Amino acid sequence: MTAALAPAALALGDDALVLSHRLGEWAGHAPVLEEEVALANIALDLLGQARILLSLVGDEDELAYLREERAFRNLQLVEQPNGDFAQTIARQLYFSTYQGLLYGQLAAGDGELAPLAAKAVKEVAYHQDHAEHWTLRLGDGTAESHERMQRGCDTLWRFTGEMFQPVEGVDVDWQKLEAGWRESVGAVLERATLTVPEGPQSGAWSAGAGRQGLHTEPFGRMIAEMQHLHRSHPGATW
Amino acid sequence: MTNSDWPLWEVFVRSRRGLSHTHAGSLHAPDAEMALRNARDLYTRRSEGVSLWVVPSSAITASSPDEKDPFFEPAADKPYRHPTFYEIPEGVRHL
Repeated sequence: MTAALAPAALALGDDALVLSHRLGEWAGHAPVLEEEVALANIALDLLGQARILLSLVGDEDELAYLREERAFRNLQLVEQPNGDFAQTIARQLYFSTYQGLLYGQLAAGDGELAPLAAKAVKEVAYHQDHAEHWTLRLGDGTAESHERMQRGCDTLWRFTGEMFQPVEGVDVDWQKLEAGWRESVGAVLERATLTVPEGPQSGAWSAGAGRQGLHTEPFGRMIAEMQHLHRSHPGATW
Repeated sequence: MTNSDWPLWEVFVRSRRGLSHTHAGSLHAPDAEMALRNARDLYTRRSEGVSLWVVPSSAITASSPDEKDPFFEPAADKPYRHPTFYEIPEGVRHL
């Protein structure tokens, strides 16, 4: 691996690792058993991506379990708490659409990340399908589910602008990525009878500096839980 | 876990081309589309299959245990229904 690839692998790897952990938190708590397995499957796909990407940077366990909060380079979107099921689906919709377009562009290129992206694109297509289906069901479902889905989309909207900040070493057309994302997410929300949230997606009042190592408050608690076993029992295995 | 109001679906998985779909289990889902996705997650995540069927359990008509005797017993003592009463010609393989 070239050293130039490290920031890219770290950013994309941390996105996958952190979202994987968040989705894993649904185990034992999902609304139905079938959905619990679906979320766990998605989490495991993401964990697989994270392992490959972080291994390009260094020792995957050290990176996952022994880094401080400020050393993580994931988007603030993926570290947001699960909230209710609708909010988790909103996060999935926003992120999987982004990841699908990003990996699609990477896979079409000839960079070092192309082979990995080509494999991940198929996984992410399913994640996107899952998120879109649930968005349609909840948005166009009962009054209660519609309200919750809209609230989930609104709550997370301000974290979406950060996704289109160029990442060093990720050779994609960011403007095209953002336009594609807006079109895709907009179309799903419209079909789901939801309103595309208003308010700043990027700019002074929006959130986002995760790529620079600044994270939101819930993230500290999340990595404390993720890391405490490894830190208490270094090298523990089973 | 309150999915008791969702109907039950039977899942059939074809493990590879050339084989027939085999019953793998059942699951709850609100409709066929979701049933298919749930089946994918529950029954093919260890690459068990290349094709899936989901069938509403209510659409299946099953033989009743009470009818077991008239249905199946009469076949028990009729070995001549098995094609075993002739000599296999020499040189015929794969029979």
